[in-house]
Amino acid sequence: MALISDGAFVEDSWRRLADEEAIPKSGKIIVTLPRLDAALAARGPDAPLGVIAPNTTDPELLRKSLSKLSLIAIQFPSFTDGRGFSLASLLRRAGFKGELRASGRVVADQYLHALGCGFDTIEIPDDLAQRHVEEHWRNALRARSLSYQRCPRGAGSILEQRRKGAL
Amino acid sequence: MGFLRSCGRGDMTAHDPNLPARPNAATTYLYDAYDRAFVRERVAEFRDQVQRRLSGGLTEDEFRPFRLMNGLYLQLHAYMLRVAIPYGTLTARQMRQLAFIADRWDKGYGHFTTRQNVQYNWPQLVDVPEILDALADVDMHAIQTSGNCIRNVTADQFAAVAADEIEDPRPTTEFLRQWSSAHSEFSFLPRKFKIAVTGAEHDRAAIKVHDIGLRIVKNGQGEIGYEVLVGGGLGRSPFIGKTIREFVPRADLLAYLEAIMRVYNRFGRRDNKYKARIKILVHETGIDEIRSQVEKEFASMDLTPFSYDAQEFARVAAFFADPPYESLPKTSAALEQAKRENADFSNFVDVNVSPHKIDGYAIVTVSLKPIGGIPGDATSDQMRVLADASEKFGFGELRVSHEQNIVLPHVKKDDLFALWRMLDDFGLATANAGLISDIIACPGLDYCALATARSIPIAQAISRRFASLERQREIGKLGVKISGCINACGHHHVGAIGILGLEKKGEESYQITVGGDPTLKASIGQRLGPGLRAEEVPDVIEHLIQFYLAERLKDESFIETWRRLGHERFKELARREGEDGSDI
Repeated sequence: MALISDGAFVEDSWRRLADEEAIPKSGKIIVTLPRLDAALAARGPDAPLGVIAPNTTDPELLRKSLSKLSLIAIQFPSFTDGRGFSLASLLRRAGFKGELRASGRVVADQYLHALGCGFDTIEIPDDLAQRHVEEHWRNALRARSLSYQRCPRGAGSILEQRRKGAL
Repeated sequence: MGFLRSCGRGDMTAHDPNLPARPNAATTYLYDAYDRAFVRERVAEFRDQVQRRLSGGLTEDEFRPFRLMNGLYLQLHAYMLRVAIPYGTLTARQMRQLAFIADRWDKGYGHFTTRQNVQYNWPQLVDVPEILDALADVDMHAIQTSGNCIRNVTADQFAAVAADEIEDPRPTTEFLRQWSSAHSEFSFLPRKFKIAVTGAEHDRAAIKVHDIGLRIVKNGQGEIGYEVLVGGGLGRSPFIGKTIREFVPRADLLAYLEAIMRVYNRFGRRDNKYKARIKILVHETGIDEIRSQVEKEFASMDLTPFSYDAQEFARVAAFFADPPYESLPKTSAALEQAKRENADFSNFVDVNVSPHKIDGYAIVTVSLKPIGGIPGDATSDQMRVLADASEKFGFGELRVSHEQNIVLPHVKKDDLFALWRMLDDFGLATANAGLISDIIACPGLDYCALATARSIPIAQAISRRFASLERQREIGKLGVKISGCINACGHHHVGAIGILGLEKKGEESYQITVGGDPTLKASIGQRLGPGLRAEEVPDVIEHLIQFYLAERLKDESFIETWRRLGHERFKELARREGEDGSDI
């Protein structure tokens, strides 16, 4: 897997915990959704915890845990499956402040879409990373300087620019 | 980019500045620097995607959604580029550029579609970025004319000139164009998503057969808002849209649409592409349940960061101001005299000219359905003549109708005869708007990779069978619509007579439906009987027409007679024909 942040391939400081592994007391770990409650109970309040969830997850299931989570990874089974974008928007709206990660089959051409919906980082499998190299992600960041929508991150809003009359 | 372009950059008026006789007022939206930068960036992005496709950085599977989102299809013989004509409105300058593109990169013609767009059937992949640049030169693009995203939004072709209008739908439509362009969240939907807007009593935009249909309405307090319909559509399972909310205030429109889109993006089916449209979600879930999900989502939305802005709406709306009409008498003596003196012209006026909201003006429909021709096709010369005609007689504005014709929306009645003569010289004066030979047809098996049968030759055969315009006028308004496969791009379900081309045992087979209607009284046509061979189609239509002419009451249209007599009578007729030996 390769991790992209701010248009660059970066080291991942998080570790994905396999379901058969015991939950450690410390360290930055990501658990699967079924183990979330157990992990929250097992770990101290300051131990950073992340969860990985399918793109079909009901955001209500995560609502009560949002403030205790440092990372939520949303799975992208296929790059044409856009459900993860809506889930990200809903989690941001519910007040999630931690790292939001798109994990799976995301291509560089979708980078601005992901940022626009509130994702911070993108995690892709190696076969994709071989073709969607760092340069493409860096370029994708600059593909559109402004957007017609108002997005939490990513490109600035055309509407706000117009309002300022900053033509 | 060392070659000649027909238009220079920087000229932002709707009219060619070299022809100073015309008023220089805008009657449609003009891009500002942000719109222009956005379109240029999309072209650059697509150019990069083509490069990466050619170098292997993008696989064909990865490239496909991105080329589709830029209007580029891979068809039977070649690529096809579909260019967006938002709300079907074009300036003369834009029409000339479409002609230039047809000459430079295609075979000298373009094909106007049922969604008010124009298609080029023969571009080369490597040329497409250049074509997109040429479009950007005149503030046009091919963004979201295809793909599983919010498609180019359509509107009433008589917007702002129809006498029965509450409000011009185009400011709303332009607002939606901007909101939906490269939308972060809604660009990877389960399936394509089509929105149409009407502001009139009579629905010319077919809003009931769109994923979302918007009807501009006034509430009891006289405030303008929108009736929102959802889940209409044609294709292999046709549905009439259902009202999800009777009145959405203008300030809430984009938020409300976003709520619908979010429910659809999350819960629309992705397991089967034929069940992925929102019409299936609405059908399977039920409109009441969908309504409560949408209302719940809408109630949860924070409306403050939302991109609705009254000031922005006003800015957009101002572009659609009326052109500087002259104050004229209601009737034109010159027109009446020319009608008396020239029977062909008189017929043209009776059939192709519609009432305008302003005294002394008329709306002219220029038929792209010459007898025996290919519905919706226009040569580059015809496009240039249309551009000239619009500047000479119609404030430099043109419209594309979903019936695949061109509309000149503001022509002085005094000028109609001169306009008619100009059109006639270029084969553009066919007096058949709305008549039986004004056929909607998809490209069919002659071009399309999905088609199961040919559409164009069927349209041509029917057109030739009913070539007599006198007979066509006697038959009256009648929509014949032809699709070459069950995806129904030719809207056959809503044709008073619909024709669906299928493939049966290696042969083309045509299924006839009767009773479809795309307007607010929307209905889906019902099957007449078993499939027909291509050569039988004109005969069966002939029999239907003869039956109608024999049975109709005074002033009754085909569809009205069908409604009064009931479908069984028409089916019986088809059965009797079968007994006579024709294999219906």
